[in-house]
Amino acid sequence: MTKEDIKKVVLDIISEIAPDEDLSNVQPDVRLRDQLDLDSMDFLDIVMELRKQHGIEVPEEDYQKLASLDSCAEYLTPKFQGAST
Amino acid sequence: MDAAEAGKALDTIIIGCGMAGLAAGIRLAMYGQKVVILEKHNVPGGLNSFYFKDGRKFDVGLHAVTNYVDSGRRTHMGTLLRQLRLPWDSFQLSPQISSRIAFPGVDLRFDNDFSTLESEVASAFPRDIDAFRELRRTVLAHNAAGRDSGFISARKVVTRIIRNSLLQDMLFCPLMYYGSATENDMDFGQFAILWNAIFEEGFARPFEGIRAIIGVLLDRYRSFGGIRRMKCGVSRILTANGIAHGVELESGEVLTAGNIISTAGLAETRLLCHPEMRRRDVADLTGRLSFCETISCLDTQPRLLGCDETIVFFNDSERFDYSQSREPFDLRSGVICFPNNYRYPDGMALPEGVLRVTGIASHRIWTDYDEQAYLRGKSEWFPRIVASAARFLPGTSEDAIQHHTVYRDMFTPRTISKYTSHLGGAVYGSPVKSKDGLTAFKGLYLAGTDQGFLGIVGAMLSGINIANKHVLMKGG
Repeated sequence: MTKEDIKKVVLDIISEIAPDEDLSNVQPDVRLRDQLDLDSMDFLDIVMELRKQHGIEVPEEDYQKLASLDSCAEYLTPKFQGAST
Repeated sequence: MDAAEAGKALDTIIIGCGMAGLAAGIRLAMYGQKVVILEKHNVPGGLNSFYFKDGRKFDVGLHAVTNYVDSGRRTHMGTLLRQLRLPWDSFQLSPQISSRIAFPGVDLRFDNDFSTLESEVASAFPRDIDAFRELRRTVLAHNAAGRDSGFISARKVVTRIIRNSLLQDMLFCPLMYYGSATENDMDFGQFAILWNAIFEEGFARPFEGIRAIIGVLLDRYRSFGGIRRMKCGVSRILTANGIAHGVELESGEVLTAGNIISTAGLAETRLLCHPEMRRRDVADLTGRLSFCETISCLDTQPRLLGCDETIVFFNDSERFDYSQSREPFDLRSGVICFPNNYRYPDGMALPEGVLRVTGIASHRIWTDYDEQAYLRGKSEWFPRIVASAARFLPGTSEDAIQHHTVYRDMFTPRTISKYTSHLGGAVYGSPVKSKDGLTAFKGLYLAGTDQGFLGIVGAMLSGINIANKHVLMKGG
């Protein structure tokens, strides 16, 4: 999976947990929290959906690494590669 | 469930199919946990249940759903709906018309727009309006900080800001009646939560009553594969070496799971863990406030009798006394609700007029009665309670209500004890709250009333928070 694919995965998850958010213009290098109305409970749901849909575990101490789309891609790439082998 | 399902070990057992248990169950089932909700009664809803009697449908306790907002992500309602993945209109809530706090010689009207209450206070208490505004700022700041600082006496905080004891009591009256488990006081954190839920946000009700909300939750839970077992009381929570690992049912059957979420209450859960303990051992954790409610079904709509308000909180004495009643019912104060008086869509109207009157009642007296005395007590107190309420309904009279009443029902603290597990018939649970939901045992968590969240929306959020914090974040 490319980094772009992973960003798409994360955006798809956000659109499921927060269907009322407009995701057409999300900047990859800006914190998600600063451009969308997401709280810590929503971030928990992103983590839970990653586990449910893709079998990826994100431990609590790493939640901060999901701050922006870029940081998500950076952090999740090795995990997706691990999961697909 | 099929054999394969049955064979798979349970991840989480939830005790109680009320609002908190259902919301926790939805969260866990949504993320693939194998969850079972155990309910000892045959109807879901817990303290907010419903029943059918002589062809009529009744809600158990619901006067109003608080925390009503019609939009707004950063609200309890917004968080709740998003966490359960429900669209905004799922609960089909219709807002209230208008409510009132009625004390000797003074009335304060309020509705779902805070400025109504503010202008009522300004005209009835012109000298205290600045203090009232300061109290509001203090409450909002407390809510925004979101810190938990242990028990702070709301009486002390309010008295320091507002000098006028009549205004203090009038503000306390609805907040205590809709959620305080503490006599004549409450934790300031809870005061702030209820202020927000009742004065800043407001009241609403689904046309179909509480069944509409329970139905949505049950569908959601079922759609994620959640299991529910009714008439399935828990007799013991099984523990070993400081860890809770399962439950024993009243039938003798044993279920095991890695997590147990109990919505039974703080004292009640402790008794389930310690079969050697008696009720007196948890007396200091047992709530002292219980209630009676009379329900009068009318052959006309209340507004045609001159009653067009939604809820009226009344008190006839110099000070409002929110404490255990020495008599079967404390006639000095109460809450009147007309479920008809909400802004239902398309002018829909409930088929009958309904007047509900709730007030503080003695659990001990109602439970000590033998069967005959109990029935006599109900028929003796019913008209007295309605007459007491009628004093605060200037549009109508006791006689008019009596004349139009076609059916009566009444619940007492004894009814509450029978259908919920709450010791002492304590609707708002223990005066001691476990805000983090932790217990003396690993793997056992508390949710619901005794976790300190209030109202229907609060109960659901409690279930969500406990499921998130103690189960999902720990990887199930």
